Amino acid sequence: MYEGVVQNLIDELGLLPGVGPKSAQRIAFHLLAADPAEVKRLAHALLEVKEKVRFCRVCGNVAAEQDCRICRDPRRDPQVICVVEESKDVIAIEKTREFRGRYHVLGGAISPIDGVGPDDLRIRELMTRLADGAVTELILATDPNLEGEATATYLARLVKPMGLRVTRLASGLPVGGDLEYADEVTLGRAFEGRRLLDV
Amino acid sequence: MHVAHLSLTDFRSYPGVELALDPGVTAFVGPNGQGKTNLVEALGYVATHASHRVATDAPLVRHGAPRAVIRSMIVKDDRRALIELELNPGKANRARVNRSPVSRARDALGLLRTVLFAPEDLALVKGDPAERRRFMDDLLVARHPRFAGVRADYDRVLKQRNALLRTGVLARPGKRRSARRAEDEAGFAEAGAGDVQSTLAVWDSHLVRHGAELLSARLDLVDELRPLVAKAYATLAPSSDAVQLEYSSTALGTTREDLADQLLAALAEARKSELERGITLVGPHRDDLQLSLGELPARGYASHGESWSFALALRLAAYDLLRADGGDPVLILDDVFAELDTQRRRRLAEMVAPAEQVLITAAVPADVPGELIGVRFDVTEGSVTRV
Ligand SMILES: Nc1ncnc2c1ncn2[C@@H]1O[C@H](COP(=O)(O)OP(=O)(O)O)[C@@H](O)[C@H]1O
Ligand SMILES: [Mg+2]
Ligand SMILES: [Zn+2]
Repeated sequence: MYEGVVQNLIDELGLLPGVGPKSAQRIAFHLLAADPAEVKRLAHALLEVKEKVRFCRVCGNVAAEQDCRICRDPRRDPQVICVVEESKDVIAIEKTREFRGRYHVLGGAISPIDGVGPDDLRIRELMTRLADGAVTELILATDPNLEGEATATYLARLVKPMGLRVTRLASGLPVGGDLEYADEVTLGRAFEGRRLLDV
Repeated sequence: MHVAHLSLTDFRSYPGVELALDPGVTAFVGPNGQGKTNLVEALGYVATHASHRVATDAPLVRHGAPRAVIRSMIVKDDRRALIELELNPGKANRARVNRSPVSRARDALGLLRTVLFAPEDLALVKGDPAERRRFMDDLLVARHPRFAGVRADYDRVLKQRNALLRTGVLARPGKRRSARRAEDEAGFAEAGAGDVQSTLAVWDSHLVRHGAELLSARLDLVDELRPLVAKAYATLAPSSDAVQLEYSSTALGTTREDLADQLLAALAEARKSELERGITLVGPHRDDLQLSLGELPARGYASHGESWSFALALRLAAYDLLRADGGDPVLILDDVFAELDTQRRRRLAEMVAPAEQVLITAAVPADVPGELIGVRFDVTEGSVTRV
């Protein structure tokens, strides 16, 4: 244990994803030794992102305004929603230019080991969007790993009574991986060849 | 196939060692505790990504070193493959094949196939069902490396499902929760409990899918092993009762759909006790390969000698299967001859002698049967020298 403020910094850093106690300590001491101007820039960037960037109240994607660029674009097909885990997946799919519908960002995947259940994801918001019957197809583009598959199965079962077309990206994506790591061509093809999900 | 070269860095007792190996028989001879098994254990690791002696990788890294590296040159029908494995205990291992990194270490499985006989094999007969499940699954992976993925997926589903059963409540603040969820955390915190059932149904379907795949592969494997084990056992112990292998499971069927349906039904039946105990009670992780001698189960009834014959017969059957698939696997006999009586020793030696490569460890030269005289390395205090 270190002096209060230093320990405090280490604890805060340790809450970040992918940062264990050892790394938190290393980063903290790096910051202690760093040029004050450098640390100010970092602090400013942190505050600015919280002030200026928010999440689209419709789809949950990162947005500069209340609604994101995609939700505001009238040319995007409102009948098709593509469900992804994270905002970075939206960017990966946008790069393929295969998809002209709208998105829904869940904020993760079901993973009991990490204490993440359906209620920790933006599933309720998704159900609200589907309620008026305007959406005809739901594309489940969660990651091609176990947790992503489980989340897709959960959603498919949940919306089954609504009778809309539920599809899953075609295989060919690297199994066990993250959507964002798939190259554009593979991801584009997976979109084109998406299959009906039967649960 | 055979191993042409083995190089170790910070593996077990070796800071560094380089060994050139030939096809045929090679014996590593030296007093106990000198590092003989450490050498062949490294090759077993290349083939299975696990040690035959310990369940975790930490003891494989030389005391005080951060990681271990095993490099091996494998020759199969004039084609050479250089496999490099970096063991990082607690983290993912890394692998390179012919100097190109592979995305996951398990993509390097299947290039070297070994059958390893060791004193620990007695546990195949006398030990817990887990020993026999590992025997089956390792053999599945050696034959079809994609089963490493099936097994990993199954284990992961099991972990997730057990976590769900244990918590009972889903909405627990976790590290993976996005920061923006924090504000409405309060409102969500108690909402999860009612959801256990519906989420459980999802994990059920995944457990059943991967479980049925594993189960059906094991059932086919046992059918193939049965005559081979019987034949090997009869050769090792001609005067003994016949041996039997029976796969025991909550689900037995012929097609994968069949098995999946049965697993699902068994899960439904076990639901209440699962929720009480917080663990998954149905699936291939609970199964066993039952071994019997005549009318009696081998475990608890077979004599020491019979148990040894049974264990050897299982390994020899694995060897036969792998050989029939094409490509003679490398045979490793770690300190086994010292455990056997003269008759079993000689019969075993005769059965393994024709293999393309046989690697033996023994405390004294007299422990190596006459049928298996070949190249000899002396191993003392970590130095390995060809005699
Ligand atoms: N991680 C390790 N670091 C250093 N030494 C080790 C490690 N693991 C095992 N050893 C040493 O290796 C020796 C055992 O080697 P082993 O190959 O099992 O002997 P044997 O020649 O009897 O087969 C012991 O002296 C043990 O202390
Ligand atoms: Mg030994
Ligand atoms: Zn939006």
